[in-house]
Amino acid sequence: MNLRVDAPTAATRIRRFGPVQRWVHRTTAALMGVCVVTAACLYVPQLAELVGRRELVVRVHEWSGLALPVPVLVGLASRAFRADLGFLNRFGPHDRVWLRAALRRDKRRASRPAGKFNAGQKVYAAWIAGASLVMLGTGLLMWFTHLTPIQWRTSATFVHDWLALTIGIVLAGHIGMALGDPEARRGLRTGSVSKEWAEREHPLWRP
Amino acid sequence: MNSEQPEEQRGTPIGRRVLLGTLGLGALGVVAAPTLQRGLEAFLGGAADKDPTGLTGLLPNGGGFRYYSVTSSVPHKNAENYQLKVDGLVDRPKTYTLADLRALPQTRMVKDVQCVTGWRVPDTPFEGVRLSRLLDAAGVQAKAGAVRFTCFDGAYTESLTLDQARRADVLVALRMQDKDLGHSHGGPVRLYVAPMYFYKSAKWLSGITVTEDVEPGYWEERGYDVDAWVGNSNGRDDEPTS
Repeated sequence: MNLRVDAPTAATRIRRFGPVQRWVHRTTAALMGVCVVTAACLYVPQLAELVGRRELVVRVHEWSGLALPVPVLVGLASRAFRADLGFLNRFGPHDRVWLRAALRRDKRRASRPAGKFNAGQKVYAAWIAGASLVMLGTGLLMWFTHLTPIQWRTSATFVHDWLALTIGIVLAGHIGMALGDPEARRGLRTGSVSKEWAEREHPLWRP
Repeated sequence: MNSEQPEEQRGTPIGRRVLLGTLGLGALGVVAAPTLQRGLEAFLGGAADKDPTGLTGLLPNGGGFRYYSVTSSVPHKNAENYQLKVDGLVDRPKTYTLADLRALPQTRMVKDVQCVTGWRVPDTPFEGVRLSRLLDAAGVQAKAGAVRFTCFDGAYTESLTLDQARRADVLVALRMQDKDLGHSHGGPVRLYVAPMYFYKSAKWLSGITVTEDVEPGYWEERGYDVDAWVGNSNGRDDEPTS
């Protein structure tokens, strides 16, 4: 009886992420979470009033921001992680089809071909990486105020504030989509996904 | 691996281009910030006036005050338990209640407030007792050279030279925006140093001590300028406020 139940489930699980990818995602997410929460406590008046301790919150925000790229840099030592970065980087003809369909809000499966990562995930990954580096750069200009000329700091603050708002919205979208897809979350939590999910969401992926 | 995943191995490195493009836009944003900021401030300032939800206040440069406190919680004080102590190098130390301060002649000023972190609130009325009046009443001794301010949040401190403290645009403020100072704005009594960045205007003022020399205040020990003239300190070039 047990055999009949276990055998098919074991057979239909497909390995999606190794321990390195999962660790990088988890630590980056945690650091980003700290950045966002401390930013909110510095910025939103009601939260600032509730939390206070401005100096401590600033320190935590600065150091978690500085640490944000570290998990990815450490992950580069892993061949599997580098391979995934390669998949995220390379766009094929099917990604163009996917993006066009997304712009038309066409949700039919046939118009959304995807490899290991779909085009939306690829664009998100590249953008959030670039945006985080811009936040890091402008953040450093705001942190080490006496090292930079007068106008730089005000300008850096301006970019840091508006990009923070943009990242907040995009990040909410990222988390919202993950909440809507339990199997994708299981992939990052356990490392494997069901065969049925993989064939449906990532038909061109050949694990 | 190549034979297994032909679709995914080839293809254009668009991810890298998006990343570099984002970096480039960020750098461009820093360069174009002064122009963009002027435009946005004008637009959001106008929008904030017509916005009943107050949400524009949460946008960067959306106008309005931001709440900064260096401690986790600040006790509330009112007319019954508020006290302002004037002491140090003076002939007649004195402790004022809120009623004592209200009984003194009041001065009203309408000027911009400029925070060192960038936000500015235009045309803000402050009302209170000139600091110079309290100093004169206390009788400042000849060897005195500075004034130190302490706050009932238990942590914040500020300082001014005696000359700065005696300026006509330095108030012990009881009212802001024609309302009694609320707790979140540093009420019931705060300092208001009109010509300087707003961190000099210590909230929750509870002590004025005349000293020989200037002692750097809370933020000044953490890198801010002691002489915090708006537009001429802290590496900033804002329009002067007074």
